[in-house]
Amino acid sequence: MRALVDRFRTQRSAIVAVAFLLLLALLAVCAPLVANLLGADMTAVDLYHRFEGPSLTHPLGTDELGRDVLVRLLYGARVSLAVGIIGALAASVVGTLIGLAAGLSGGRGDAVLMRFTDGVIALPLLPLLIVLAAADPTKIGLSESFARAGEGGLLRISIIVALVGWTTVARLVRGAALTLREREYVLAAAALGASRLRIAFVHILPNAAGPIVAATALAVGNVILIESVLSFLGLGIQPPAASWGNMLTNAQEMMMSSPGLALYPGLLILGTVVACNVAGDGIEAALDPRTTTE
Amino acid sequence: MRHTVLRFIASRLLQTALVLLAMSFVVYLLIGLMPGDPIDLMISGNPRLTPDDVARLRAVYGLDQPLWSRYLAWLGSALSGDLGASRLFARPVLEVMGPFLVNTCVLMGVSFVLSIVIAIPLGVWAARKPGSLADRGINAFAFAGISMPVFWLGLMLIIVFSVLLSWFPASGTGRGGGWFDAVRSLMLPVITLTIHETGVLLRYTRSAMIETMRQDFIRAIRAKGASESWVMWRHALPNAMLPVVTVIALSFGGLFSGALVTETIFAYPGMGRMIYDSVMGNDFNLALIGLLLATVLTLAANLAADLLYAWLDPRIRLGDDR
Repeated sequence: MRALVDRFRTQRSAIVAVAFLLLLALLAVCAPLVANLLGADMTAVDLYHRFEGPSLTHPLGTDELGRDVLVRLLYGARVSLAVGIIGALAASVVGTLIGLAAGLSGGRGDAVLMRFTDGVIALPLLPLLIVLAAADPTKIGLSESFARAGEGGLLRISIIVALVGWTTVARLVRGAALTLREREYVLAAAALGASRLRIAFVHILPNAAGPIVAATALAVGNVILIESVLSFLGLGIQPPAASWGNMLTNAQEMMMSSPGLALYPGLLILGTVVACNVAGDGIEAALDPRTTTE
Repeated sequence: MRHTVLRFIASRLLQTALVLLAMSFVVYLLIGLMPGDPIDLMISGNPRLTPDDVARLRAVYGLDQPLWSRYLAWLGSALSGDLGASRLFARPVLEVMGPFLVNTCVLMGVSFVLSIVIAIPLGVWAARKPGSLADRGINAFAFAGISMPVFWLGLMLIIVFSVLLSWFPASGTGRGGGWFDAVRSLMLPVITLTIHETGVLLRYTRSAMIETMRQDFIRAIRAKGASESWVMWRHALPNAMLPVVTVIALSFGGLFSGALVTETIFAYPGMGRMIYDSVMGNDFNLALIGLLLATVLTLAANLAADLLYAWLDPRIRLGDDR
C-alpha cells in the first residue's frame, strides 16, 4: 500500500513537471502575442528606459538596452526549448542508428562501434564543444544561410550538440538489440526471410522504444544546459536573438547594479531542466515495473 | 595475477594512445575550420604585406600544403617534443601551460575531494530511510546541483558573497597576497564546482545504497543483531561503493567541463579558461595541446577507475579471458 502511494506521488511530480513544460511551451509559442499586448518589441532599444524596475508596461523591468525582460525571456524560451528538442531528437536518431548497427552486426563491427562510443564518452565534452562551436562551417562548403539557420544559429547549435550527445542512446539501443535479436519472434521473422533492415526497424526498434523515449526526455534537459553554457560563452545563440544563456552574458556585467537581470534567466533554466529530468525519471519509472519508488 | 594486470594496463594504454591520435586529428581538423588562419592574423597586424609576401609566408609555414600533410608534419614535430609556440603568450606552449595546469589541479583536486567527502555520508544518510524528510531534502539538493547551470550558480554566489556580503573576492587567485588571500579567492570557485559535483555523486551513492540495503546478506547481518549503523557503514557501504567508484572516475570529464565554466566566471587562470581563451584568440598551438591534455586527464581517470574497480571487487579479473 505504501509503495502504491509512493508510486502515485512520483507520477504526480512527473505530471506537474510535464504540465510546467507544456505551460512554458505555450507561453513561448505565444511570445509574439505577449509582446504585442505589452507593446514591446524583443529587439526595440530604448535607451531612455534602461534598468527599469517592474512596472505595468514592463512586468519584469528592462535590461541594459531598455528592452523588455519578460518578452526576451519568452523568446529565449522558444530558442531553448527548440534547441533542446531538436538537439535531443537528433542525438537520439544518431544514437539509435549506431546502437542498432552495433547490436545487430555483432562481432567485429560491434566491437569497433562500441570502442568508438567509449572514446567519445571519454572526451572532455565542453572544451570539444567550444572548438566545434567556434569552427566556421562555411570552410567545409556549407552555405552561409545554413550557418545562420533558425533564430541566431539555432539549428547549428542543435547539430553540434547532437554530434557528441548520442552515446547514451547508442548504448541503450545496442543493449536492447543484443537481447531482442535472440527472441523467438525475431528468429521467426528471420526464418520467414525478413531482411536485416526490416528486422531492425520493424521488429527490434518498436520494442526498444520505451528506454529511448526516457533517455530522450532526459537528454532535452542536458541539451538545454549545454546550449545555455555555449550561449553564455558567446558561442551559441547569437544576439540580437535572445536565449537564456546569452541574456546571462550581458547580465554578468550588470551584476552589481541590477542582479535581477541575472536571476530570471537562470531560474528558468533551472526550472526547465529540473522538469525535464523529473519527467524523464517518471517515464523511466512508469515503463519499468521493477522500480519501486523511493 | 600480476601478469594479467600488467597486460591489461598495457592494452589500455595502447587504446588510450589510439584515442589520443584520433582526437588530435579531429581537433587539428576542427581548428583548421576556425575562422582565420595565422597568415590572416599577420595580414591584419601588418597592412603593408603584399600578396607576394603572403604567398611566401604561406609556403614558409606550410599552409599551402593539403590538410593531412600539414597534420603529419605537426604530429612529427609534436612527437619529437616540439609543440610549437603560443601566439597569445609568445612563449613555448609547454612553458605557458605549466602554471595553468597547477591552478586547475588545485581547483579540481579540492572540489573533487570535498564533493566525495560530502556526497558519501549524505547519500548514506538519505538511504537510511527512503522517502523520509531528510531523504527528500537531500534528494532535492542533489537534483538542484545537477540541474543548475554551473555558470549561473557562480553568478549567484558572486552576487551574494562578493557583492552583498563582500566576504570573498569575485575573481583571480589571490596569489601574492599570502596564503590567506589565496584561500579566500579559491572559496567561491571551489563552492561552485563542489555543489555541482556533489549532486552527481549524491544521486548515485543514494541509489546504490538503497539497492544494496535490499539484498539478502544485509538481512542476514541484521538478523545476527548487528546495529543499524554497523550494518550500513561496515557492510552495505563497501558493497554500494563499487558502482559509485566508476561514476566518480567517469565524472572526471564532467568535472573538467565544470572547471572550464567556473574558471571563466571567476577569471581563474586554469586550463579550462586557457583553452577557452586560446580558442577565442586563434592561438592554435595552445588550444590543440590544451585539448589533448584535457583528453589525457580524462582517459587517465577512466583507466584508474577500471583498476580501482578490479582492486575493490575480487570477483573481477582484469584481462582474464578464461
